[in-house]
Amino acid sequence: MKLDLKKLKLRKVNEQLQSLDRKVNDRDFIIINPEGNHAVCAGLTEELNINIKGHVGYYCAGMNQKANITIEGNVGTGVAENMMSGKVHVKGNASQSAGATAHGGLLIIDGDASSRCGISMKGVDIVVKGSVGHMSGFMSQAGNLVVCGDAGEALGDSLYETNIYIKGKVKSLGADCVEKKMDKKHIKKLNLLLQKASIKNQKAGSFKRYGSAKKLYNFKIDNISNY
Amino acid sequence: MCGIVGIYLKTKKFEKNLGKMLSGMLYNMESRGPDSAGFAIYKNSEKKEYKYSLCINNLDFTKFKINISKKIKNLKLNQYSDHVIVKTTETSKKFIKLINQEFPDVSIVGYGHSIEIFKQVGNPKDVVKKFNLESFSGTHGIGHTRMATESAITTDGSHPYSTGEDECLVHNGSLSNHNNLRRELKKKGNTFSSENDTEVAAGYVSNSLSNNNSLKDTLVSGLKDLDGFYTFIAGTRKGFAVVRDEIACKPAVIAETKNYVAIASEFQAMAHLPDVNNAKIFEPEPGIVYSWGN
Repeated sequence: MKLDLKKLKLRKVNEQLQSLDRKVNDRDFIIINPEGNHAVCAGLTEELNINIKGHVGYYCAGMNQKANITIEGNVGTGVAENMMSGKVHVKGNASQSAGATAHGGLLIIDGDASSRCGISMKGVDIVVKGSVGHMSGFMSQAGNLVVCGDAGEALGDSLYETNIYIKGKVKSLGADCVEKKMDKKHIKKLNLLLQKASIKNQKAGSFKRYGSAKKLYNFKIDNISNY
Repeated sequence: MCGIVGIYLKTKKFEKNLGKMLSGMLYNMESRGPDSAGFAIYKNSEKKEYKYSLCINNLDFTKFKINISKKIKNLKLNQYSDHVIVKTTETSKKFIKLINQEFPDVSIVGYGHSIEIFKQVGNPKDVVKKFNLESFSGTHGIGHTRMATESAITTDGSHPYSTGEDECLVHNGSLSNHNNLRRELKKKGNTFSSENDTEVAAGYVSNSLSNNNSLKDTLVSGLKDLDGFYTFIAGTRKGFAVVRDEIACKPAVIAETKNYVAIASEFQAMAHLPDVNNAKIFEPEPGIVYSWGN
């Protein structure tokens, strides 16, 4: 089904997608003329396939659960912020705070992501085919951030349990972020993520892994069941 | 939060549509700044003639016209609501002195050979309509929609700020060292008409340009001297430049085609521009000055 944001109100379109009857079989949607609108496809909770043809504004696919959303353009601040599950694929570039606080699911960015990519991420997997800006992975708690290009200043500042994999250069590491050994399990995980993002020309072994030196926080892994 | 927009035409193709393109950009930035709006339009014009953009506030235009014509000969006046563009060969020193002495209720919004500036409190849509921006042609333009933070919602507190000939500046953000900087600039001879932080940034740029620094070099040194959060667009007769502070909390996106360069706080401001979906779209990187035409 085609939804034209030039003719339909954004709120109507989001409402329709948010309240889709579970028995409905037609689950493929195309959204045209997004024209930089904010919060396009925010708060979806069903298994849907959505293709957005054009550039969108802030918080696109925010809080996503289960839906598979592709954006054929650039996205503004906070794409897939607080995503719980599902998949969001940006074919262009992403602005700052991509995947912020997201708990789960997969966010793929074909272009570059600017500053604070994966800020405070809580379990999402983010794969960026280009580069990321400064303060990426800031205070990130869980999940994986994969960057095939370079990373800006203060990568992984004050991070917790997130694994950050960078192929290119890192301008500088943030507080308590250090390079770590790539074990077999990391190679395996990274290979799986590259595969999920349909990246064939990169070898997992050529990435470097960064994580927390654990000198800055008092969280003890032994207590994880309490959280 | 504020909205800033700018458009620089690389070719003559859209010169007649400049006002229309800029209007649409300001409409779409209403959500970022509903308190006041303003814009500067640059046009090629004869070098001898000066254009003074004045806000006559509550004065009667006809009376103002009669009175000013008694003081200065060979003037041309165009009225746009409470703004008047005065065209004359009179030098700025003499003209500004005259306005300040004889017409204390009139504020000088800006002046130069090619700039025309309009700004007023109110919803951007109303402000744009009031000054009939859609009818303007030109080579480049800059606009602003304001959500007031550190100073009051007044015409003087609205952007763009023009503190030098054919110069203007719009700002999204806030400066934290503007009081100190204002004092320093006052010592160097700059004058300020408001308590606004952006006017200080505009004064800083004017001061540097008057010392024969390029706009690009000026903004590069501004990264050290201006403390705070900002995205600036600074305009001159030849073009404009954009810079974001190194933390880059304040957004900006640039769309470049073979005919124009557009910049705005958000992409939605330029979604209506011709061929924008095929434009090269990118975010200006933190701490890097991007300049066109200068």
